[in-house]
Amino acid sequence: MYVAVKGGDKAIENSLHYLADIRRGDRRVPELSIQQIREQLPLAVDRVMTEGSLYDPDLAALAIKQANGDIQEAVFLLRAYRTTLPRFGASQAIDTGAMQIRRRISATYKDLPGGQILGPSFDYTHRLLDFTLAANGETPEAPTSEEPVADGMPRVADILDHEGLIELDLPDDEDGPVPDLTRESTSFPADRATRLQNLARGDEGFLLALGYSTQRGFGNNHPFAGEIRMGELAVSFEPEELGFEIEIGEITVTECQMVNQFKGSAKVPPQFTRGYGLTFGHCERKAMSMALVDRALRAKEFSEEITAPAQDEEFVLYHSDNVEASGFVQHLKLPHYVDFQGELVTVRELRKEIAAREAAERTDDDELAAAE
Amino acid sequence: MSMTQEAQPWQAPEHDKPVEQVEGYNFAYLDEQTKRMIRRAILKGVAIPGYQVPFGSREMPLPYGWGTGGMQVTAAVIGENDTLKVIDQGADDTTNAVNIRRFFAKTAGVATTEKTSDASLIQTRHRIPEKPLTDDQILIYQVPIPEPLRWVEPRETETRKMHALEEYGVMHVSLYESIARFGRITTAYNYPVQVNGRYIMAPSPIPKFDNPKMHQMAALQLFGAGREKRIYAVPPYTDVKSLDFEDHPFTIQSWEENCALCGADDSYLDEVITDDAGGKMYVCSDSDYCAERREAGHVGDQGEPQTPAQKGAAE
Amino acid sequence: MMALRDNGPLLEVEGLTQKYGHQIGCEDVHFSLYPGEVLGIVGESGSGKSTLLRCASGLMQPTAGTVRFDTRVDGLQDIYALSEAERRMLMRTDWGIIFQNARDGLRMNVSAGANVGERLMAVGERHYGSIRDVSSEWLEKVEMDLGRMDDLPRTFSGGMQQRLQIARNLVTKPRLVFMDEPTSGLDVSVQARLLDLVRGLVRQLGIACIIVTHDLGVVRLLSDRLMVMRRGRVVEQGLTDQVLDDPQHAYTQLLVSSILPV
Repeated sequence: MYVAVKGGDKAIENSLHYLADIRRGDRRVPELSIQQIREQLPLAVDRVMTEGSLYDPDLAALAIKQANGDIQEAVFLLRAYRTTLPRFGASQAIDTGAMQIRRRISATYKDLPGGQILGPSFDYTHRLLDFTLAANGETPEAPTSEEPVADGMPRVADILDHEGLIELDLPDDEDGPVPDLTRESTSFPADRATRLQNLARGDEGFLLALGYSTQRGFGNNHPFAGEIRMGELAVSFEPEELGFEIEIGEITVTECQMVNQFKGSAKVPPQFTRGYGLTFGHCERKAMSMALVDRALRAKEFSEEITAPAQDEEFVLYHSDNVEASGFVQHLKLPHYVDFQGELVTVRELRKEIAAREAAERTDDDELAAAE
Repeated sequence: MSMTQEAQPWQAPEHDKPVEQVEGYNFAYLDEQTKRMIRRAILKGVAIPGYQVPFGSREMPLPYGWGTGGMQVTAAVIGENDTLKVIDQGADDTTNAVNIRRFFAKTAGVATTEKTSDASLIQTRHRIPEKPLTDDQILIYQVPIPEPLRWVEPRETETRKMHALEEYGVMHVSLYESIARFGRITTAYNYPVQVNGRYIMAPSPIPKFDNPKMHQMAALQLFGAGREKRIYAVPPYTDVKSLDFEDHPFTIQSWEENCALCGADDSYLDEVITDDAGGKMYVCSDSDYCAERREAGHVGDQGEPQTPAQKGAAE
Repeated sequence: MMALRDNGPLLEVEGLTQKYGHQIGCEDVHFSLYPGEVLGIVGESGSGKSTLLRCASGLMQPTAGTVRFDTRVDGLQDIYALSEAERRMLMRTDWGIIFQNARDGLRMNVSAGANVGERLMAVGERHYGSIRDVSSEWLEKVEMDLGRMDDLPRTFSGGMQQRLQIARNLVTKPRLVFMDEPTSGLDVSVQARLLDLVRGLVRQLGIACIIVTHDLGVVRLLSDRLMVMRRGRVVEQGLTDQVLDDPQHAYTQLLVSSILPV
């Protein structure tokens, strides 16, 4: 006798145990601590914080551990935690000009006030596997400069600003509330603040590919990396009951300002336009990709023809979020047998009809007429 | 589960009785403000049957596409005295249904049931129970793609305009194409409907077999699409018409076979492959309906009169 | 088809101006079109004729001026003052637009029959059999092989695609059809056949028509009246034969002597 499949409960429970077991791995190898992940996989932590849109290195490290190192799953964990947190309000806008710089490079000027500061970067590693790391060699401390980093470190975009060569960077609505796309559903056309929020949370790989596509001609973009800067800055908050702002902490951010050609329009003389990218921590590739896509999405603003995916607001904003994308792609694992059964019935009926028709055609014309 | 507490060895809640609610989260997981926002969207949806109301869908501890919309609607309408039933593909024991039921047992501590008639709330994915629902029940659908026009027009800005202006000719174009090519309308599930003579609505991927049940249903029908951030509703006793042509009227699936376990000839059947030589049998997709019939003494070809083993399977 | 008002114009364009920033698309254009009349608009590329067509056909709101259409119920109405719902309804019943590129005017991923039937379904026809009958009728009228009825437009030649566009537009018996370079890009022999077809249908059905083209041969064959555009302005207008045989404006003279590049 047939007995229907049962026991989903037990199966789920066992699956969870198995997953945890695999996370732990070979028990003879010491277990990873959250501190180790936070300190030794900092870029993974930064990416999880950025796409998880929650600045908390410890929780991000925990998420990475709990997700068995699956970065997107870790992002999801952080998001699911974030969604339950109460909103006290929006912080004051951060001033990246006041950043304590760790890295700052410009591709548009050879030298500039404050100088170029290479900071920590993979750019000039030779990508040779370093076998001393495998041998657990201790890494020597990095040397520190005799000279302190210059105090005045103006942003490159501000330098262009003095000459009026670059568009003004004004908020759409300085006093209005900051939109929160995790609380309201996005409507189109979306304002730039919403777009930037979406891109900041967006999947690095997706933005990288889109940004790359603009460089290859899918969307005309002629960018210069005006400036990339990374470092620490203070975040302030003004509680309503206090009436003045207080510093609530310090965060690391990476900012990218892309400078793009613009040939001018009837209203505006030729000048440079901006694409903007900002991430938590050190996510340089993401910040640059974001800046390219931000500029591409501004096509309508500059009356540019919209021809490429990266310029298409609905396309980009609806598909950038890896938590949404991953969930929907993976929901295909869920049972669909009711739907499939519906299709089976239809396909069988269609095949039966065709077979009957063919059979009828093989017989004589009278029978054909009868069959119809 | 993706709650952020350290994984505890998890104890399965026993069904049919409330379990202790989990610490640190609000009743039914969502905060009260969010629930109010969702309820407002639901009320708007009820007021404009079939209209997709945008809402501030929250990120849920369940992947998008797995029922986050249905869960938010359930969380917004559930109360301590409710009895919840969750089905996926008509069955209470599919893993996703079990998981969502566990979620509410854990976060709301409400009673759960597998009996359609005992439930005050039924969250469903892909089916409507066979047993007619009553006016004190609410049916909550999980919806992956709320936009019925999505397949003919990928742009949200355009589809919203089409709904607003009632420009629905293109829906019939796709049905026309189906008839021209196959001699019939081949859409087998998520078959588009017109609600209350106005909005065209996606019924979620239920088989078209279930479409007629939506028409003039006594229960309130709520639809939640989490990823797409839309809620819509069909109030009780509302007209729901499946799109068709006068000379190609809407029809539902039928089987030559009956349920092998309970012998039902009026329910949606799942095909079960029994060996690798093409052997198969058909059983009710609605597991509760099948169990109830067997308890009442109905026996199918391969079923047996009530035995302890069978009683266990039907529980 | 007879016009509802025997004497009044079907379409009245006044002071129509479209600017793109400082650039002028078209400026201060006036004309009236009467039921059943065919108006040709000629000029080289960039002369503003396509801008004018887009503004007059409801596709682009002009910077200034009015476009009024003789609606069936309310008489002459400014089309840009109508609600979008009313304008769209007008565009799928009383108007037709035939685009230069068939891809802009056809649904390339549905069959020829469905392309023709779409307008019928849009206005509420719900009988598959009669939709199919009417579609077949129109496919025959535009001289298409009925055996291709269930094929996708992308499998058709350029000339067939244009004929399909015509059938798709005429199926609701519109009173006004706009055509934007309907024959360009087609072989000369295909052009001739298409023009012949259009002339026949327009005369037979009494449809008013505005045809934008750079090809003087097209307007000589089809249009009753002619407007010559240059740099966004109308430099000359009149009866087609009169303008072509006795051009007054220096630019028209150049155009007629065919030394201008297109």
